[in-house]
Amino acid sequence: MKVTTPAFKEKATEAMRDPILQKALGNVERGFVAKRKKGAASLPEFEELRDAARDLKIHVLKHLDLYLEAYERKVIASGGKVHWAESAEDARRIVTDICKRLGAKTVTKGKSMITEEIALNDHLEAEGIRPVETDLGEYIIQLRGEHPSHIIAPAVHLTKEQVASDFRRVHDHLAPDRDLTEPTTLLSEARTVLRREFQVADVGITGANFLIAETGTSVIVTNEGNGDLTQTLPKAHVVLASIEKIVPTLEDVDTLMRVLARSATGQEMSVYTTFSTGPRRSDDPDGPGEYHVVLLDNGRSSMLGTEFEDMLRCIRCGACMNHCPVYQQIGGHAYGWVYPGPMGSVLTPTLVGIEKTGHLPNASTLCGRCESVCPMRIPLPRMMRAWRAREWEKALNPGTQRFGLKLWAFLAKRPALYRLAARAGRWGLGWLAGGRGRIARLPLGGGWTRHRDMPAPQGATFMDRWAAGERPSRPTPSQTEAQS
Amino acid sequence: MTASPSPRRPTVALFVTCLVDAMRPTIGFAAVKLLEDAGCEVVVPPGQTCCGQPAFNSGDTADAAALAKQVIAEFEPYDFLVAPSGSCAGQIAKHYPELFAEGDPWRARAESLAAKSHELVSFLVEQMGVSSTGARFDGAVTYHDSCSGLRELGVQAQPRKLLAAIEGLTLTEMKDPDVCCGFGGTFAVKYSDLSGAIVEKKVGTIEETGAATVLAGDLGCLMNMAGRLTRNGSKVEVRHVAEVLAGMADGPAIGRGEGE
Ligand code: SF4
Repeated sequence: MKVTTPAFKEKATEAMRDPILQKALGNVERGFVAKRKKGAASLPEFEELRDAARDLKIHVLKHLDLYLEAYERKVIASGGKVHWAESAEDARRIVTDICKRLGAKTVTKGKSMITEEIALNDHLEAEGIRPVETDLGEYIIQLRGEHPSHIIAPAVHLTKEQVASDFRRVHDHLAPDRDLTEPTTLLSEARTVLRREFQVADVGITGANFLIAETGTSVIVTNEGNGDLTQTLPKAHVVLASIEKIVPTLEDVDTLMRVLARSATGQEMSVYTTFSTGPRRSDDPDGPGEYHVVLLDNGRSSMLGTEFEDMLRCIRCGACMNHCPVYQQIGGHAYGWVYPGPMGSVLTPTLVGIEKTGHLPNASTLCGRCESVCPMRIPLPRMMRAWRAREWEKALNPGTQRFGLKLWAFLAKRPALYRLAARAGRWGLGWLAGGRGRIARLPLGGGWTRHRDMPAPQGATFMDRWAAGERPSRPTPSQTEAQS
Repeated sequence: MTASPSPRRPTVALFVTCLVDAMRPTIGFAAVKLLEDAGCEVVVPPGQTCCGQPAFNSGDTADAAALAKQVIAEFEPYDFLVAPSGSCAGQIAKHYPELFAEGDPWRARAESLAAKSHELVSFLVEQMGVSSTGARFDGAVTYHDSCSGLRELGVQAQPRKLLAAIEGLTLTEMKDPDVCCGFGGTFAVKYSDLSGAIVEKKVGTIEETGAATVLAGDLGCLMNMAGRLTRNGSKVEVRHVAEVLAGMADGPAIGRGEGE
């Protein structure tokens, strides 16, 4: 997927001016935020669970290699195969090789952000293999030729009216005047269409929410059950997962699942939780003939031992973006690559380079709401700051910004000079205000005054008034003089 | 007014903050009054400028560390450092230590200053046991929780507690008082459109309360909200919470001229 992050500002402004998008985004705030609040409040030990989940992942990341190897042994023992993919290209090649060997024409897909990350669909199509998304949201955006705008709700940027019109356009074998006003009608129409695809698919590809080292099992959680059909009906089930999805035991999955669903949708548990261990055994009534796991690194192991290691705890619940005041304004597409919101602002620079994605860690007020809701207690603002520090070191920020900051720092490090500058500054602003309480247009400060007035300074600086002997209880005669 | 008079008056060094110094000294004087009324000896170290947050948040860690050293040297002789700002107090109390490597002597000095640095209102309530400031303010107010104070320092109940004790004042909560106003320091200038949209949403929730005044504990956020409110032609007045708590809210509000 092409990185469009350099155009972040333009895309963000466009998004804020798009009334349909703004209407759709209302659901993020009204839906997800309220639901998470309720979900968290209904579990007295939620905060302790978050601690346990965090500690669990910290432990795993310290011993990632050991757990991955243990996992591989178990997968092999259950008749499956593990493929190690260092890069996106490796992963694409491994998947297409499996598909080609099986003569696959149609591939069904469960929801997987990793397949977005490696742009698998484009690659399959280029090889003459037809990928069919089976998660409703993913199905919708595939019809539209778009990318997900949210990691758990890929089509959250759309209204149901838009979806209805896409269905009328694409499902042209159905009566054109059918009633599509209810979301449930849309869902059952998609189900009917997808049912046929499930039956003809040769390979089913899913992601994984967790990989269990103890048992060699991959786990997916969904609300539609599409993942189950994707992975049980075809000849082969291919799991695409990044290396940090590993957890030691079945019991650990329980800890993570309890915080995952509550943080994501406020549910106690997702509707479907599916465990897959190896291919179909001889006495199984159904299941895939082959079971493959593609373990993707794609830059993640380089985060280990750095200030970005904590990011690998992420369980992709989406809470950080749901609660982000910036995401709520612009949705996911403006971020310009696969992962939006605060988690994307930290992760994307690692995966595609800070040079192209410099806007992401900067387009944040560092308000910290993301960290306060992250079930894994990932210090997202600290890591955005760490990216800013790397940009500063590499001199990637605009020269004017660097110059302004350097000048300010030069003064701030010299108190006597700073006093003079503060005096000059307040005097200049006061002059611009011309006796009014504010300034409507600030020369060189258009960024501020485009959207708000600049309040005028009160008069002399605090330090000058204090030095002149003014105190709250006893205003001194010199006060008026200092204020002039 | 003060709950438990301490045996010795603690010496509090006021960290004025660069914004209060240049833009709204009233907040500084209000802080001095509140601290003195609470039984503190207040000093204003003359070598102070800025806590270094703009450098820290821009990734310029070298300048951030240089400014941290300046603040540490200037403020470490006193019992406490108190700032009328959650974000500056948060910078000192939460971020200064991380600017210095383990083993660097500045690390220990940063940690010891961090441990005695506080945001004004939480300091009054938690350290000085203040439960009422004895001021009077007639009217309905609403209170915005500035992000750093709220999430880094847990400033939330303390200002509400002191506001509740003010005669004549009623507090009407806005929707989502804990959601960012869109200021974010240089963010407001660098991502002007985004910041503008976020503050527009914030002032909408302020207007909805019908309160005549909005209060908060950080001048950056206050200037952002005030600037948007006046731009929208709103009548809502904007003040630092310390002005009201100290009974010094009689002058023009932020962004308002004399008699406006
Ligand atoms: S960073 Fe935290 S809140 Fe965001 S998706 Fe990952 S786990 Fe969820």
